Amino acid sequence: MKFKTILLGLSLGLALTVIGCGEDKTSNEKTAAPAAAQIEILGAGATFPYPLYSEMFTAYVKETGVKVNYQAIGSGGGQRQIKNKTVDFGGSDAFVSDKKLAKFEAPLVHIPMALGAVSITYNIDGSPQLKLSPALIKDIFLGNIKKWNHERIVKNNPGVSLPDQQITVVRRSDGSGTTAIFTDYLAKVSPEWAKKVGKGKSVKWPVGLGAKGNDGVTNVVKKTTGAIAYVELAYAIKNNLPVAAVKNVAGNFVKPDIQGTSLAGEGEIPADTRVSLTNTAAEFGYPIAGFTWILLYQEQKYSKRTKEQSKALIELIWWMSHAGQKYAEPLHYAPIPAKAKLAGEAILKSITFGGQPLMSK
Amino acid sequence: MDTKRFPIDFFSLGLRMLAGLLIMLVVAFFITLVNGSSEAFSEFGARFIWANDWNPNYDDVGGTLGSLPFIVGTLLTSFLALLISIPFSLSIAILLGEYFKKGAISSFITSLIELLAGIPSVIYGFWALFYLVPKMQEFKVSMGMNNNGFGVMTSAIVLSIMIIPFSASMTREIMGMVPQGLKESAYALGTTRFEVIKDIIFPYCKSGIFAGFMLSLGRALGETMAVTMVIGNNNETPGSIFALGNTMASLLANEFAEASDDVYISALIFIGLILFVITTIINLLGKLTITSLSRNG
Repeated sequence: MKFKTILLGLSLGLALTVIGCGEDKTSNEKTAAPAAAQIEILGAGATFPYPLYSEMFTAYVKETGVKVNYQAIGSGGGQRQIKNKTVDFGGSDAFVSDKKLAKFEAPLVHIPMALGAVSITYNIDGSPQLKLSPALIKDIFLGNIKKWNHERIVKNNPGVSLPDQQITVVRRSDGSGTTAIFTDYLAKVSPEWAKKVGKGKSVKWPVGLGAKGNDGVTNVVKKTTGAIAYVELAYAIKNNLPVAAVKNVAGNFVKPDIQGTSLAGEGEIPADTRVSLTNTAAEFGYPIAGFTWILLYQEQKYSKRTKEQSKALIELIWWMSHAGQKYAEPLHYAPIPAKAKLAGEAILKSITFGGQPLMSK
Repeated sequence: MDTKRFPIDFFSLGLRMLAGLLIMLVVAFFITLVNGSSEAFSEFGARFIWANDWNPNYDDVGGTLGSLPFIVGTLLTSFLALLISIPFSLSIAILLGEYFKKGAISSFITSLIELLAGIPSVIYGFWALFYLVPKMQEFKVSMGMNNNGFGVMTSAIVLSIMIIPFSASMTREIMGMVPQGLKESAYALGTTRFEVIKDIIFPYCKSGIFAGFMLSLGRALGETMAVTMVIGNNNETPGSIFALGNTMASLLANEFAEASDDVYISALIFIGLILFVITTIINLLGKLTITSLSRNG
C-alpha cells in the first residue's frame, strides 16, 4: 500500500509538470533577450554560407569572447525567424522581396557577407572540359537536348569527344538558395524558361531527378554516368568534379572560380544591396553567382534587447564583413567586392538603438 | 482496499489525467494541422486534394499546387512494399510459430528480426543509395529503361525490408491465437503440418493477418528518410512502378526548411493533414478488423 501511494503521487506530479511545461513555453518564446553577463548572439538561416560562418564565429569567440550561435536551417527559416524576432540576425541567400518586406513590422536591412558561384558539373567518362552557352544549359535542363553527343553540344565543344549517352539531369529536391540563383539566371537568359519554369527556391522541373542538399546532388552525379547538375562551387571542387565554362554576356567562356565570381559582384550595387548578380555584364565575370546576406533590423531596440547586445551584434557583423573576409577564399567563397562593402558599411552605420546610432563614425 | 483512506481515488485520477493528456495531444495535433492548412484551403479549395500538379511558381508560370502526385506516390510505394514483404513476413511467422517455437534457432531468428527493426532509417537509406540504386540502374539499363537506379520500385524494396519485422511479429502473434485444441484435433485426424497451416491456421486468422498488414502499411506510409534518398524526388504522379516519384512525407522533409511563402507553407501543412488522415484511416481499418476477430474468436 505504500507502493501505491508513491505511484499515485508520482503520476500526479508528472501530470502537473506536463501541464506546467505547456504554460511555460509561451512566455519563454517572447523573451529572447539573453543574460547580461555573457553576451551570446543568436543567428539562423542559410546553409550555403554555413562553413564560412562557422569558421568566422570560431575565430571571433577566440578574439573577443563573444559567442555566436548560428543554426543552418535554410534561408526560408532564417527569414521566418528574424520576422518573428526569435534571433538577432538571419542569414539568407535570396534577398527579401518588396512584397515580403512590407509584411515585416520594422525596417529590415541586408548586409552582403560573401559571394557564391553555382557551378555546372557533370559526369562524363574522361571528365572533358566542357563549354556551355546559356541556350545549351537552358535546353538541357528543359529536356530539349537529351543526348550528350547532340550536335549543338558538339558544335560548342570542338575537339571534345562526347559519348552517345542519355543526359540525366540532377537537381535539388529541397527548396534552396542555389536553385534560386540558378533559375534566376536561366529566367534572365531565356524567355522560354521564364515562361515555362520561372525562378525561385523550388520550381517545377520539366526533367530530371531530385536529390536533397548540395551533397545529395553531388553524390548522385558521382554515381550516375551521363549526369549533369548545378551545385555550389565548393562541392564540385571538394569532390573533384569537372565544372563547365559558361558563356557570359560579353561572349567569354568563364570557369567558376573566386576571380570570376568576384568580378560578377563588381557592378553597381544599390544602396540597400538587394541585387541579383546573375548574367553579369562584367567582361570576365562568371554569370551564375549571387550574394549571401545577413538580415537584421535597422532599429535594434525591440523585444527586451539591451544596448550591449545590439552593440555586440553590430560589431560582429562589421568584423565579418571586414577582418572576417580572409576566411572566405580558402573555403571557395569570393570575398565581397569594394562597392558592396561600402554599401554594407553605410547600412551598418545607419543602425540605431532607440534612435541613437550604434556605431561611431 | 486502501482507497478508503482517500476521499477520491487519486491513482485512477492520475491515470485518467495522463491518458486524457495524450488524447488531447492528438486532438490538438489535428487542430493545428487544420488551422495551418486553412490558408491553402481558401486559396485552392478542396481541389487541392485531387489536383495533379505541383508548381511552386503557379503565380508566375501557371499551374497549381495539388496533392495527387504525392498521394499516388505514397500509396504506390507503400502497397508495393507491402506486397514484396508479404511472402517474407508470412514465412518468418510460420517458421517461428509452427516449426521452431523454442530453442536456439528461434531466438536467433527473433533477435535478427529485432535487429532489423532497430536499424535507423537513414542507414537503410544509405544502404539503398550505395547498393540498391546501382543494382537497379544495371537492371533498368538492361531493360532499356531510363539511366538511373532511383524511383518508386527502389524505395518500395527498402520500405519492404523496413516493415518485415513489424508485419512478421504481428502475424506470428495472430497465428498464436489459434486455439491449441483445434490444431491438435486436426493432427489427430492425421493431417500433415502443411495441411494444418493451410486449412486450419490460415482460414482461422486470415482477417487478423490482413489487419497486421494494414498496420504495417500504416508504418510504410509515413517513412521519410530512406524514401527521400532513393525515390528520385520528382513531384509528378509516377507513370510506372519504375518511374521517379515522391511521397508526402518526403516532400515535407524536402520543402519545409526553405519554405518562406505563407501559402506555400500552408499547402505543405495541408499535405501533412492528408497524410495524417490517410494513416488514421488505414490504422483504424486494421484495428477494427482485429477487434471483430477477437470478438468472434
